[in-house]
Amino acid sequence: MNITPELDTRFRSAALAEGLVDVRYDITESPVGELFIASTPRGLCRISYQVEGQDEQMARIFGVRVLRSPLDEVRRELDEYFEGRRHEFDLPIDLRVAPFHEAVLHELAQVPYGSTDTYGSLAAKVGKPKAARAVGTVMNRNPIPIVLPCHRIIGANGSLTGYGGGLPVKRALLELEGAMLPS
Amino acid sequence: MMEIVTIPPFERFYGDHAGEVLGYLRRLLGQCAEDAWQETFLRALRAYDRLEHGRHLRAWVFTIATRVAMDEFRAGDRVMPVEDLDGEPVELRQPAFRELEHLTGGLPPTERAAVVLRYGYDLPYAEIGDALGSSEEAARAAASSGVRRLRRTLEHHA
Repeated sequence: MNITPELDTRFRSAALAEGLVDVRYDITESPVGELFIASTPRGLCRISYQVEGQDEQMARIFGVRVLRSPLDEVRRELDEYFEGRRHEFDLPIDLRVAPFHEAVLHELAQVPYGSTDTYGSLAAKVGKPKAARAVGTVMNRNPIPIVLPCHRIIGANGSLTGYGGGLPVKRALLELEGAMLPS
Repeated sequence: MMEIVTIPPFERFYGDHAGEVLGYLRRLLGQCAEDAWQETFLRALRAYDRLEHGRHLRAWVFTIATRVAMDEFRAGDRVMPVEDLDGEPVELRQPAFRELEHLTGGLPPTERAAVVLRYGYDLPYAEIGDALGSSEEAARAAASSGVRRLRRTLEHHA
């Protein structure tokens, strides 16, 4: 028997209103493809270019009470960013990572819109100037790309190096921000 | 060694069972099933993070649904017989039950739940016993008493 959309919506609202949800998520369209977005009651906890299997990862990290539900505020800020109207995000963030990752991601968040920085420079900012490679790993595992702008971190020789969403997406974001000339 | 079954994200559990649980509650409660359905999944969600493994989740949610329905029966109001349903399509595996199903509205609540869970949803008696808060034997007895009662009703109608 099919659940009517009204009944389904009513249940999801009641579950959220009662505070029973560890993580809510949605899948949203963007100019750089489908994005998986997720929030805990504390804040945004995941943006992923990879949609499949993310719900299970969320269950492992944040708790099994995972429910799909629109994340209007996150979606709105992302839309504004992709339209070029938003240069900083005002979303609370729930970051559950190791201390070194947290320190690096904190510095990453300070890299301004429209500019780039290097892995080595970010390493120096957290007091570990020789840890460029480790910083690369932190970028690679960034749980909230776009909002935590790992696309702004490039190699010392100016090469784009790598990106979770693929190099064409990294290039597109830097072009959108005016940090790179359109190719 | 026993295999550890991971608890799926609630969304998947909900997607797997929301429809059939609504169907089940419709059979027990008629058109009043929607509130009971929501209460069932809210109760499931309240307990979901305390589950120890992901086995028997289907039986578990039917247990909750049965308890919610029994609470409704005990409250003693607005229970509509199944005959009043306006022809919701119902997939049944047991042909004999298909002939009898429309009469289950006349059964006492426990027998009705036992008969529907056994013949409509193919749950084993041990799990029906859990759902009814009794034993496997009691569930078997309730189902067979329910079936006998249905047959008498059918003969009476014939």
